[in-house]
Amino acid sequence: MTAWDALRAALDSLRANPLRSALTMLGIVIGVAAVIAMVAVGAGARDQVLRQIASLGTNLIMVGQGSIARGGVKLGAGTASSLTEDDALAVLSEIPGVVVTAPSVRWGLQIVAGNQNWGTVLFGITPDYMDARDWSVATGRGLSDEDVAQANKVVVLGQTVVRNLFGGGDPIGEPVRVFSTPLTVVGVLAEKGQNTQGQDQDDVIFVPLSTAKRNIPGMAKSNPRFIHTMVVKMRDGTDMAEAQAQIRDLLRQRHRLVAGQDDDFWMRDLSEVSATRDASSRALSFLLAAVAAVSLLVGGIGIMNIMLVSVTERTREIGLRIAIGARRRDILVQFLIESTTLSLIGAAVGVALGIGTAMGVAALAGWPTLIQTDSVVLAVVVSGIVGVFFGLYPARRAARLNPIEALRHE
Amino acid sequence: MASEPAEPLITVERLTRHYRMGPQIVHALDDVSVVIHRGEFVAVMGPSGSGKSTFMNLLGCLDRPDSGTYRLDGQEVAGQEGTGLSSDALAAVRNRSIGFVFQSFNLLPRQTALDNVMLPMVYAGVGHAQRVERALTALDSVGLRERARHRPTQLSGGQQQRVAIARALVNDPLLLLADEPTGALDTVTSLEIIGLFQRLNRCGITIVLVTHEPEVARFAGRVLNFRDGRLIDDVNQTPEAAA
Ligand SMILES: Nc1ncnc2c1ncn2[C@@H]1O[C@H](COP(=O)(O)OP(=O)(O)OP(=O)(O)O)[C@@H](O)[C@H]1O
Ligand SMILES: [Mg+2]
Repeated sequence: MTAWDALRAALDSLRANPLRSALTMLGIVIGVAAVIAMVAVGAGARDQVLRQIASLGTNLIMVGQGSIARGGVKLGAGTASSLTEDDALAVLSEIPGVVVTAPSVRWGLQIVAGNQNWGTVLFGITPDYMDARDWSVATGRGLSDEDVAQANKVVVLGQTVVRNLFGGGDPIGEPVRVFSTPLTVVGVLAEKGQNTQGQDQDDVIFVPLSTAKRNIPGMAKSNPRFIHTMVVKMRDGTDMAEAQAQIRDLLRQRHRLVAGQDDDFWMRDLSEVSATRDASSRALSFLLAAVAAVSLLVGGIGIMNIMLVSVTERTREIGLRIAIGARRRDILVQFLIESTTLSLIGAAVGVALGIGTAMGVAALAGWPTLIQTDSVVLAVVVSGIVGVFFGLYPARRAARLNPIEALRHE
Repeated sequence: MASEPAEPLITVERLTRHYRMGPQIVHALDDVSVVIHRGEFVAVMGPSGSGKSTFMNLLGCLDRPDSGTYRLDGQEVAGQEGTGLSSDALAAVRNRSIGFVFQSFNLLPRQTALDNVMLPMVYAGVGHAQRVERALTALDSVGLRERARHRPTQLSGGQQQRVAIARALVNDPLLLLADEPTGALDTVTSLEIIGLFQRLNRCGITIVLVTHEPEVARFAGRVLNFRDGRLIDDVNQTPEAAA
């Protein structure tokens, strides 16, 4: 009996009971579809996060003033002016591999344009900040070194702010006010969308660092060199852990911290963010594997059940086949191919359904989905194995039938 | 036909098959010895439970004897001390050398007559084109070529049995074994079928056929009578020619 003969016999027998065959496949169909759709959703989300992280830059280190105790509670934030522009300069000049340090201050405030006002976050920055954080300007211009040097009263607005203050209008050249300081809009930032935590990154305004310090009441009263954070951009391929250690040593030394004393600044690089994401996606994969295993197990038991019924129903046929020259092995192979065909057709339907579901989710819920070829291949291979494994017992039963008794059956 | 039958096709010596039913031993076949030559048409008769089917199953290599020897066409199928062919070799013998015809036809109900007739060639490794050709020839020889595409349910009992005979013939066997092939058929159809057997026998195939009906046995050249598992009577006769 050739494989082709066995396949034909299998398809014939599955066609004999189309509804029963379909119901038997259902377990495999659902298992495979669920795995492929869920992997696609998971991969889509992961891919989006990774792209966001990559757009932030994995070679950035954020340093902020104030210490963070274990457990994430901020201690002493905003107290002593622990971080200064001079720290930023020192990091740039003394730590190897540093491309740029971008000091900044930030302040939540109201911005007023005409009779409109809007609560947003002001960043006092240098041009390096825009470079380090990958900001670009959509219209108008960005901040220049001259703006910073002369503390020009200019501002660059994020898209959300523009939308809320000017509606659809062009804000370039328009006057706005923060506190009582009049500023002129010189540029609008390109849209960035939400960050990985779901915050709107476009709800910001940028002014020169010097302008912020001079005009925001109370901001720099204890130390005019004071900053909130600095972004340190490292050369590509730098060992980030090593760089962090060096920066920490330098800052502790500059801040005259003795051994045993906590840092009065915090530091983090964005590869940590991606590591947490990796861990959570690993947990998701594990969950998926469990779901897949259970549904394929249930599907396999369904197949075994229906194959046992089939062997019983076709006892006479088996007896006849043996009488006209089928070897035990031929009978075994015939039933194994039948169970495997059943599971593989189920897998094929499941793949189609899974891809359809993933595309449906993408279209209807707007989630990004990404069909993973390996999940498809794996699901199909595992389904095939399930078909063979759960078909083996019924097939052996068929192959061991006594032909004389089988022919007398019924 | 006047000359003596040539070489022995079947040589059975002291063939015994018993079943243990609790404390009791049923001697289904008890110490049977017989020689059947090529070209013979043998009828096997006897009351119910006399061991006819047991004998046929042994000849057909579907069963193994508890003792005794069985040679088919010079090949030792079952030898002394339980020697004999492996299960795969027995399958090959059933496939190539023997054709079976059953009382209940045993056609696969969802397959056409043609597919049913082709089935033995599936296990003989015959190529697909040749299968169709040979199956059509076999159907032709039983007069059912034009019914090749019919399913068993679309055929009468006699036609179904003829399809089954075509299936038994398709691998050109030496021996045709038929266990009550007319048992499910009316008298007229029975005579048609027995006439077909006679024609096939004249073309050279050896036939062993079980029947309860003397009218059927009349067409055979030799009658073996069984009782209680034993061969009690073995007579040659002049066969009556079917219409
Ligand atoms: N599998 C078995 N287990 C136990 N006893 C059996 C078995 N097969 C046959 N027998 C017994 O062996 C004896 C011979 O049976 P067999 O089927 O050969 O008779 P038969 O001559 O073909 O009868 P019939 O004309 O009714 O078909 C019977 O007594 C039967 O009960
Ligand atoms: Mg019988």
